[in-house]
Amino acid sequence: MLWLALRLPSLPLDIFRRAAQSDEAFAISSGEGNRASIIACNNRARGKGVQAGMPVVAAMALDAQLHVVAREADAEQAALEHIAAWALQFTPVVSIALPDTVLLEIEGSLHLFGGLNGLRRQVANGMSALGYQAVIAIAPTPLAAQWFCSANVPVRIRHADALHVSLAQLPASVLDLTPDAARLLEDLGIATIADCLALPRSGLARRIGPRAFDLLDRAAGRLPDPRPRYAPPTVYSASQPLPAPAQEAEMLLFAARQLLAELCGYLSATAQGVQRLQLVLSHHGREPTQLTLSLVAASRDAEHLLSVLRECLNATQLPSPAIAIALRSELLLPVAARSASLLPDAARQAEAATQLVERLRARLGEEGVVGLRTMDDYRPERGWHACEPGTPSSAATATDSRPLWLLTAPRPLDENNAAPCYEGRLSLLAGPERIETGWWDDALVERDYFVAANPGQALLWIYRERHAGGKWYLHGFFAALSLCIAGYSLLIAAVH
Amino acid sequence: MNAAALDTVLNHPAIWRGSALAPVPRGLATGFPEIDAVLPGEGWPVGALTEIYAERKGIGELQLAMPAAARLTQAGRWLTFVAAPHVPYAPALAERCLDLARVLMVNTTVLEERLWAAEQALRATCCGAVLMWLDHAHERALRRLQLAAEEGGSSLLLFRSARVAPATTAALRLHVSRSDNRTVIRVLKRRGGGLPAPVALDLHPWIRFSARAAGLCAADATPRIPGVVC
Repeated sequence: MLWLALRLPSLPLDIFRRAAQSDEAFAISSGEGNRASIIACNNRARGKGVQAGMPVVAAMALDAQLHVVAREADAEQAALEHIAAWALQFTPVVSIALPDTVLLEIEGSLHLFGGLNGLRRQVANGMSALGYQAVIAIAPTPLAAQWFCSANVPVRIRHADALHVSLAQLPASVLDLTPDAARLLEDLGIATIADCLALPRSGLARRIGPRAFDLLDRAAGRLPDPRPRYAPPTVYSASQPLPAPAQEAEMLLFAARQLLAELCGYLSATAQGVQRLQLVLSHHGREPTQLTLSLVAASRDAEHLLSVLRECLNATQLPSPAIAIALRSELLLPVAARSASLLPDAARQAEAATQLVERLRARLGEEGVVGLRTMDDYRPERGWHACEPGTPSSAATATDSRPLWLLTAPRPLDENNAAPCYEGRLSLLAGPERIETGWWDDALVERDYFVAANPGQALLWIYRERHAGGKWYLHGFFAALSLCIAGYSLLIAAVH
Repeated sequence: MNAAALDTVLNHPAIWRGSALAPVPRGLATGFPEIDAVLPGEGWPVGALTEIYAERKGIGELQLAMPAAARLTQAGRWLTFVAAPHVPYAPALAERCLDLARVLMVNTTVLEERLWAAEQALRATCCGAVLMWLDHAHERALRRLQLAAEEGGSSLLLFRSARVAPATTAALRLHVSRSDNRTVIRVLKRRGGGLPAPVALDLHPWIRFSARAAGLCAADATPRIPGVVC
């Protein structure tokens, strides 16, 4: 067994400040009314002389600009749980040790993540991406790893012998003694674990209580130390207060990036992808704004989710600045893990295509980005349909050559002496091709199609209604028209 | 001087002849050997911008792009239409061997959105070519697209009307017109230098064929089709 302890020394502060880009003096207080005291503050506040343990009034006297917020223990625990869920991507055994530590059992994961140093680096980088300050220690027992963390000694110990040597150098304060016992040790001149171990065990145990030696045995691996395993929730849901009210997409994205990183860690731990995601932006005294991101395929790529979210936020006008941001997974689907490969493969190309479609749709809307498919119908206007991109078509029906461009609504042609005209008199090159079908539904078609050329030598696909006095219509071009406004409106009508 | 001595002089690396093109990465074969012969990379430039000016509407500009597009989609790359002036007719595309499951249509009336969509498609690794219809765009926007094409290694074919013809950053500029029932393609600009003679192509050979079968000819001013009163 090998345990990695992840301690968050400034967790009360980080849950408020991790989304902050500016560096204003900030402190967390605990307690009521006049007895409220500072329990944590950032570097800016520390520079002004603010210290932990100081009454809030004293801190305010030092810096009138100091922003003091009451501690939120529930939010801290929720943050620890999110970190634990995120950490499940590294190992299946994760445990939370309140108030501020997450433990990972990493013995079995070392090979996959590039050895002890590689894994440690990945965890450390991940934590800074989430916006938390963390102390990381690795030891063969969970308690020892916790102690090294709380003593702020970022060790990497793999073997029991090395553990005993390093444990002996820890201060005796890690033993979590009662105040009386701690004072006794101090009076006896006992500063480190080594000093404790040098004394007769039974005598010292009688004076400071047997629990201390119990803990020592657990830390050294002589007693079992079972830890409750953390089980991830079935839905990811997290919220993040914003350090300052924000309306610009970029500021919101900065906070959303960390939540998305958490979400993606959770998703890869549970081998899932998110297909629908809800983003809730809270406002002062208004109904919260809800945005729903629907993806074509389930994904757990943080960069991709972020780019979709960026387009979504850019397209949304917020009624007032947001004060908090919340993210909730609506629809999770299992996604197979991707194996690392040197060459780009078909699966990755398909993924790139769905990502492109999603990015375009986030800005242009569902109907702005479509695919095409053929339909089995002889009527030209029913021979195609807009569809979801990537839908396979039915096998192409063998027809005579068709124009590349079709007008969605046939355009009546001017007639000169019963001969059709389009920018000049048309000469018929090929035809007629008779299409007469659709008697079973409301769209009966009885037409004779011709290929025609006008004096400008543009090739057109025209038809004449078969019934008596039938009129001429233009239905397609064998090549593109140059841009005309009417063309756009036709295309858009077709897509709707 | 005999021919062998002349060859040694001409093959000397320090000698450059006006008719020789600077080396250009291999392009995407157009499917028309006559056009490939006059293009520097023997095909549509890859990772670059191509502008195609059509003299008049409906003279076969899109037809030019079809064989290359069909080959791209068959190879699994995507083909994106941005702001096509009409609906590309799906059965006609399928008939020209295009894999419709690899076709993406982007429709928007806003110019910025069109440019943005084209840029996104060009940058995406899955997309082989973007066909875009654009009349008025700033040189800066085109430069952006050119960079995106370079980055994504895909081709951008920009269809424009013949009226706009200021100098642009495009790697290749073609002018398409029609005369004598044939489509005439002139190279206005190509990388590597030199301007070749125009190429005339018959893009719709089947029409001539069926016209002849029906006893008609394109030049025939009075078509004899039953039921048509002229």
